[in-house]
Amino acid sequence: MTLHADLRVGRAGFVLAAEVTVEPGEVVALLGPNGAGKTTALRALAGLLPLSGGHIRVGGQTWDAPPEVFRPAERRPIGVVFQDYLLFAHLSALENVAFGLRARGTGRAAAREEAARWLDRVGLAAHAKAKPRTLSGGQAQRVALARALATSPELLLLDEPLAALDAATRLHVRAELGHHLRDYPGHTLLVTHDPLDAMVLADRLVVLEHGRVVQEGTPTEVARRPRTSYVADLVGLNLYRGTAHGTAVSLDAGGTLTIATPASGPVHVVFPPTAVSLHPEHPTGSPRNAWRVTVAGIERHAHTTRVRLDGVPPVLADITTATVADLRLQPGDELWAAVKATEVHAYPS
Amino acid sequence: MRALALVVLLVVAGCGADSSGAEVGGAVDGRVTVFAAASLTETFTRLGEDFEAAHPGVEVVFNFGGSSALAQQINQGAPADVFASAAPANMTQVGDAGGISGAAVTFARNRLEIAVPKGNPAGITGLADFGDADAKIALCAEQVPCGAAAKRAFEAAGVTARPDTLEQDVKAVLTKVRLGEVDAALVYRTDVRSTGEVEGIEFPEADRTVNDYPIAPLAKARNAAGARAFIDHVRSDRGRAVLAEAGFDTP
Amino acid sequence: MTSARRRTRGRLPVVLVLPAVVGLAFLLVPLVGLLVRAPWDTLPEQLFSSSVGEALRLSLVCASLATVVCLVLGVPLAWLLARGDVPGRGVLRALVTVPLVLPPVVGGVALLFVLGRRGLVGQYLDAWFGISLPFTTAGVVLAEAFVAMPFLVISVEGALRAADPRYEEAAATLGASRWLAFRRVTLPSILPGVVAGTVLCWARALGEFGATITFAGNFPGETTTMPLAVYLALETDPDAAIVLSVVLLLVSVGVLAALRDRWISGPS
Repeated sequence: MTLHADLRVGRAGFVLAAEVTVEPGEVVALLGPNGAGKTTALRALAGLLPLSGGHIRVGGQTWDAPPEVFRPAERRPIGVVFQDYLLFAHLSALENVAFGLRARGTGRAAAREEAARWLDRVGLAAHAKAKPRTLSGGQAQRVALARALATSPELLLLDEPLAALDAATRLHVRAELGHHLRDYPGHTLLVTHDPLDAMVLADRLVVLEHGRVVQEGTPTEVARRPRTSYVADLVGLNLYRGTAHGTAVSLDAGGTLTIATPASGPVHVVFPPTAVSLHPEHPTGSPRNAWRVTVAGIERHAHTTRVRLDGVPPVLADITTATVADLRLQPGDELWAAVKATEVHAYPS
Repeated sequence: MRALALVVLLVVAGCGADSSGAEVGGAVDGRVTVFAAASLTETFTRLGEDFEAAHPGVEVVFNFGGSSALAQQINQGAPADVFASAAPANMTQVGDAGGISGAAVTFARNRLEIAVPKGNPAGITGLADFGDADAKIALCAEQVPCGAAAKRAFEAAGVTARPDTLEQDVKAVLTKVRLGEVDAALVYRTDVRSTGEVEGIEFPEADRTVNDYPIAPLAKARNAAGARAFIDHVRSDRGRAVLAEAGFDTP
Repeated sequence: MTSARRRTRGRLPVVLVLPAVVGLAFLLVPLVGLLVRAPWDTLPEQLFSSSVGEALRLSLVCASLATVVCLVLGVPLAWLLARGDVPGRGVLRALVTVPLVLPPVVGGVALLFVLGRRGLVGQYLDAWFGISLPFTTAGVVLAEAFVAMPFLVISVEGALRAADPRYEEAAATLGASRWLAFRRVTLPSILPGVVAGTVLCWARALGEFGATITFAGNFPGETTTMPLAVYLALETDPDAAIVLSVVLLLVSVGVLAALRDRWISGPS
């Protein structure tokens, strides 16, 4: 039951030509700058926009294959979480979640029962009767997710699901969304321009630029071997899972990092490659994190050079061309990597 | 009172002198504003053109409408020189308010006729057919003069009319006949003559439906001489011929 | 300076306030004239006379039926104009407003041309089904609906065009057909526009005169609505006409105010 999509949409001055494959249970993030065609791809998958070429197939079923086949949105087993959620303002949270079940023929009582179960699952059982405008951003997002998942769709589409939230809410909602996506057995496609969302939530990234796929792979692969400057800038993140005990985080991949703000329990730890400095000797002074690394690869991009370093943990460093020359970097060189604790951010996972 | 009457007489005589002067041309000029009943639209328009041709420099402006509406407008101070009404009652309304100068005179008479659509599809022959429930009948509402006249005709004929609609004016009744929406209606003879699309049927009780058309110069006329001259023109042989052609009786 | 009221924003601009006050006066002064001239002592007597009651009842029934006709036909028409993929939509939109600019009497004549006994359609209605619309209460309803429908269509279309079509898309992704999405999502969201249009439509139908008297004629108990009764009363008894107008005014203002309170609660 793999989803194969060869998305071809031609519009005035813009052509989308992207192939995307999603396995059952897999979360694929479609990542790219504004205007790259992410939303067009999502709308085509949802059936809100017909393809002008290519096809969309799920298992043995064809959803779109111009010119013969086109299944409109209401006849595709999908769930969509829109960027601003588009909750129906005149319906309660419960009625919103029950809407898809009712539209697909479930009886009134059964639909409400199932909707109540979903609200309970997203932790909003107490808000069943609330109208959307009385809900907070995070609550509205969870209702939207429950509404999309309540019909047990084969394909879940998420359009910038966290973009409308403020920074503080975002952390918690992102973590929760991650749990729900892990439990969801269908195909998930997440559209986002935020690399952190993509790397935390997705099993695989598909990077779209100017309507074309420029790179795809697991978050680690893409981050370690960015194929374009854009991808390097965008996905340039050192991301680890670990467990926090106060300011010390022991990483699942091995090694320990010190963070400035105490935390506890499972976390994601993130810092940008630009925060990493390289030294021939053990650095002295302020950096609170320093460990031995070996140069595994060097890639030059427009403004910086990205150095892949093996170690515990492995790390990416972006350094200036001048530093490369200073250090006479060669693969196999042994160095010290250093990161200030204040540059390392931990998010609950 | 006597003195006042004398003054009025003198003024009227003076006007008469003016209007006799007008007949040789020259003394009458400017604009003459005439408020006239809607049923006079065609004839007065023609007479106005004649009058303008006979008196270079004179412009006749008409305001055609329902007589009662015109009477109200005059009483509310509308600027008019002449009022020609389709019913004496409306002239009396203006006269009672002191709106007319001198006495009103009857210049034309009209009478009702049965109007049927061309070819008379329902085979209407007389007033008795107006009591037939199956026939579609239009009459004027009793509140307007043609409706009051129709009522007198039915009383004289001993017929209980069964109308389907009581229209607000005679032109509306005529429209219903022209479009074939009704089988028969009572309208003025002049209305039947005004269109080739309906046929008229005379009936003996029509004598009871005769109504007088009075005309009078108005007290607040800005062009008293013009008003007099126009009224004289309406009552002249030429005027009577135009009115008769349109179906009016002329006294 | 002891005033407890404080201005939170600057003074109201005179360029807006002055014309606004003049505009209000322009609308209200004629009403005041009517009320001043009304013979209040005979008002109760007129109010309870059978002919007035009959005309009033007929007016309310016909205006309400005409409004129902407008809703049933007008809301879908507004939807088609706002959302439908029809060619020449601009022209259609302009045509819909024709009854607004057409003198109502002409509208009545046009209805006669089509639905009259010898009309394009009416002749077959008469010949095949024995249905004749002129001079009937149904005719009054049709004439009123013809004149009033543009008010409803324009308001509803405006509301539809202001409504975010993405909610319909969201409903589609949840499995809703376009009809279900319209019924359960779009219609509730444009309800204020529909109610405003309905109120306008009803008010226009209630005051309708020209098209009604031309198409449906005037017969007491059958087609004589209040405006027709007012017009005819004006011929002989202006006082009675004023009383009738005041009655119509009071009833319509009462109904509209009640509707407003019930449905159009202002932004609070």
